[in-house]
Amino acid sequence: MNGAGALPLWRRLGADRAGAAAALFLALIASIALLGPLVNPNDPAAIDWHAIAVAPRLEGAHWFGTDRLGRDVFVRTCDGARVSLLVALVATAISVGIGILYGAVAGYAGGRVDELMMRLLEVLDGLPLLFFVIFLTVIFGRGETLLFAAIGAVGWLSMARLVRGQTLSLRRREFIEAAVALGAGPARVIGVHVLPNVLAPVIVYATLTVPQIVLFESFLSFLGLGVQEPAASLGTLVAEGAAEMQAAPWILLAPGLCLGVLLLALNVLGDALRDAFAARAAVGS
Amino acid sequence: MAGVMLKFLLRRLRVAVPTLFVIVTASFFLVRLAPGGPFDQEQALPPEILANLQRAYGLDRPLWVQYGRYLEGLAHGDFGPSFRYKDFTVTELIAQGFPVSAELGLLALAVALACGVPLGILAALARRPLLDRGLMLCAALGLAVPAFVLLPLLGLVFGVHWRWLPVAGWEPGSPRFLVLPVFALALAPFAYVARLTRGGMREALASDYVRTAHAKGLPLSAVVWRHALRPALLPVASYLPPAVASIMTGSLVVESIAGLPGIGRYLVQGALNRDYTLVMGMVIVYSAILVLMGLLVDLLYLWLDPRIALERA
Repeated sequence: MNGAGALPLWRRLGADRAGAAAALFLALIASIALLGPLVNPNDPAAIDWHAIAVAPRLEGAHWFGTDRLGRDVFVRTCDGARVSLLVALVATAISVGIGILYGAVAGYAGGRVDELMMRLLEVLDGLPLLFFVIFLTVIFGRGETLLFAAIGAVGWLSMARLVRGQTLSLRRREFIEAAVALGAGPARVIGVHVLPNVLAPVIVYATLTVPQIVLFESFLSFLGLGVQEPAASLGTLVAEGAAEMQAAPWILLAPGLCLGVLLLALNVLGDALRDAFAARAAVGS
Repeated sequence: MAGVMLKFLLRRLRVAVPTLFVIVTASFFLVRLAPGGPFDQEQALPPEILANLQRAYGLDRPLWVQYGRYLEGLAHGDFGPSFRYKDFTVTELIAQGFPVSAELGLLALAVALACGVPLGILAALARRPLLDRGLMLCAALGLAVPAFVLLPLLGLVFGVHWRWLPVAGWEPGSPRFLVLPVFALALAPFAYVARLTRGGMREALASDYVRTAHAKGLPLSAVVWRHALRPALLPVASYLPPAVASIMTGSLVVESIAGLPGIGRYLVQGALNRDYTLVMGMVIVYSAILVLMGLLVDLLYLWLDPRIALERA
């Protein structure tokens, strides 16, 4: 480690203009989604009988217009964005948790256990998991808890592979051997010595997982298999908007653009983090 | 070469066949685990009628007998009767919709590859960083807009505003109805292909043998075409199965938005109606396509980089 190479990840990220802009944008979207309903006093479920499907007007009560039932599109989009982000964060946490555990155990155990666990991963990877999720949501009803679990269950395969590879290479390093020689058990070695060293790629990969999960959740919700009325996510809002597209395009535009910008920012941020990490790793080795 | 190919294929089949078997078995038993049945209606059926229905569909037999029968039927290409579309078997329903879905999906894949590969090469070769960054920004945009947002927006612009193309609908033999759905479906895989091609091409251009080709005095086009292209396409080849999966899942929503009579709608409708045989049939068909795609990609590898294939075989 020397000079510029030792820069912390976030300083490198700050130097990447696209990544910094994406991070800023994300903070902006998140704060609008959280604070917007406070600034704009409309209730997302309230029906304004005097304003059914009115067009957006910035000086009026409904900034982004209203939908077919007279509900405020701005407040509903904020609500939807909040739900989408929440589902994505929880599901990412689930998939990261499962992935780390599975990968660390496989990589640390090595040998036959590793081989067996990786073979299972290969079979799971071959399955079209999306169809199984659709399948599961149908069989066990369309609750939101299941939605979290189902989406989290999709994302962990690559995470497990990543952690396993890292653990496998770490296992032969001297400091791990030293820890084992000093009598540390497998749980302690994994928890204290292995995990902190795989954290950076895990963070990068988790950032890249979030947009996939946002997309997946909105996809399921669009099909009517995800978040249910009266709750809304960006996916259900886009579905509603698409149905009213010809008469009232703003109902589609607000959540559609919000989803697009959100996904773009998340993707750009993930890429920037990956580049920053790759640059640091290249200098570090 | 043929011997290697055969050995390679056999090895892959040893993974593919168990995978398919696991899928069939898991989906069969998952469906039976579910509370509620396919004949649940708002008004409960009289018990005698329910019993008759269950006998007619073989649901009164022990589970393992049903499983055996289902497997036997599958071996003959028979997915069983649909529980909701009373006059049709699942095989008939799938056979009806499959050509439309296949046309949509293959066209989308073709568009994604035909636009993504040249664009990626262009970006890799671009001397000016501005061109490269611009092209890659377009690709990032393409990745960010999901098909179910893009298709209504395209419909709004080209269908409602300019009235060039139909927003939704289907007439056999009339490609106009496919234009917008194909583009909406192709955008995300196109963006991925462009990015992967650019990365692969950059890497290939930096390798020793390409530098040698340059040093011999070959023109750039010949270097790219004869030496760099094949290795540059390796990442694209390994992306093909996920691309097909993404197009297939995308087609679920695209078909329902555009009103295309493909098989995509059966999965969602079957799921909402608890039409078990239909959902199972769909899952099996989709999985089989994915597994087949994996095999095709391995063959493609053999052509793009025989070293990898030999190593694996």
